[in-house]
Amino acid sequence: MTRRVVITGVGAVTPLGVGATPLIERWSAGECGIEDGFGRCLDFDPLDFLSKKEARRSDRFTQMAIVAAEEAVAQSFGEEGELPYDPYRVGCVIATGIGGLVSLEREQAKLIESGPKAVSPLAVPLMMGNAASAAVSMRNGLQGQTYGVVSACAAGNHALGDASRIIRAGDADAVVTGGAEACITGVATAAFAAMEATSASGVSRPFDARRDGFVMGEGAGVLVLEEKGAAEARGAQILGELLGYGATADAFHLTAPQPEGTAAAKAISLALADADLAAVDVDYVNAHGTSTPLNDRSETIALKAALGERAADIPVSSTKSAIGHLLGAAGAVEAIATVEALRRRTAPPTVGWEEAEEGLDLDYVPGSAKPIENGDGPLVAISNSFGFGGHNAVICLAA
Amino acid sequence: MATDVTTDNVEKVIFDGLVELGTERDELSREATLEDLDVDSLDLVELAQIVEDEFGVELRGDDVKDVKTVGQVIDLVVEKAG
Repeated sequence: MTRRVVITGVGAVTPLGVGATPLIERWSAGECGIEDGFGRCLDFDPLDFLSKKEARRSDRFTQMAIVAAEEAVAQSFGEEGELPYDPYRVGCVIATGIGGLVSLEREQAKLIESGPKAVSPLAVPLMMGNAASAAVSMRNGLQGQTYGVVSACAAGNHALGDASRIIRAGDADAVVTGGAEACITGVATAAFAAMEATSASGVSRPFDARRDGFVMGEGAGVLVLEEKGAAEARGAQILGELLGYGATADAFHLTAPQPEGTAAAKAISLALADADLAAVDVDYVNAHGTSTPLNDRSETIALKAALGERAADIPVSSTKSAIGHLLGAAGAVEAIATVEALRRRTAPPTVGWEEAEEGLDLDYVPGSAKPIENGDGPLVAISNSFGFGGHNAVICLAA
Repeated sequence: MATDVTTDNVEKVIFDGLVELGTERDELSREATLEDLDVDSLDLVELAQIVEDEFGVELRGDDVKDVKTVGQVIDLVVEKAG
């Protein structure tokens, strides 16, 4: 019998606030958390949630993952966080694009200024890419498969995809999964600007003719995925279902997407096939929509290739218009936004979209949120994430 | 310039260091055990770094592996300096 994967808890730390609710409600209202060209989590103070020692032992990306996980675990397993399963049957897969860059840059500065003896013994556990999964596992007593996923801006979806596979394969009954990123640092900001990937204007306007690059954001999104039968048996609230997952690689260029989006389209088709659905079943698309000239064009082409005529009939919006690009956290945060959008049967807008560009002619939900229309049954969405390195990871969600 | 290694000076630096690492100041005493204070091996490595910065006394992992209380850490630093 096929094991199905449901979502029973969500938690987020984003530029729209701490919590999944401000994310969906403020984005749906057309609000934007970007200030001065960055999507910073200005409301987030780790000491509101963590002890001084926990905060010292975690980089900012890990701190955000811990807090997002706390929210998701409390929603799913209750405020006490007592696991409903054997701890060895609960995994933890958390993505990041880069890892603890704040810590790495701080310790590098100490090394240069004061020599090797000034470098903190915590430097490696702070900066390692699996630090968030390790911290979330420890804090919640999760002893099943636990590791970090690092695949640039596709990492969040790769984590969710892996987590769903772990459950479907029967290796776990639940997996706490998601992504976290906090790399608005000197090196990363300079590097993205040097390659002209980030917006010179500091505005994130995906699919708009005036778009000129992405806006760096930070934050975390964590979900509790659970085997459907087990979740139902314990009476858990089911927020949505992760129906399918597809992942491919462009094998084309280190940073640029393949212009025709061929492998991206393939990932979308694979996710739909995995869900045993057809293009006509898709009601909403949460686009990768970075606001870079190349991505938004190739993604539009990929959506048309994978969904055919259906692409023109359904809303397609980008969370990055409201929070910027959360890199390795993007897929996870956007999965949460997608499930909550489906639950509300409302497609949030691509905030700030005004000017069409030839060929970019889908319904990007300009202006304000609009209903997702398809009867009264569960709605289906796909959520795209594509990353440097040519990684494409797509999930298919229902709620 | 390294600070003089007197018991009082070492106690102050170690108490301040432990607070910096996340220990509550009102839980600190010479008799308090590292276990009760939740001071683990990573904390001790960081504390050793603080001590070396301040007094020029190097504490290795082997030096502190049998230490149980804060007072023993203080005495060890004073002893190694002498």
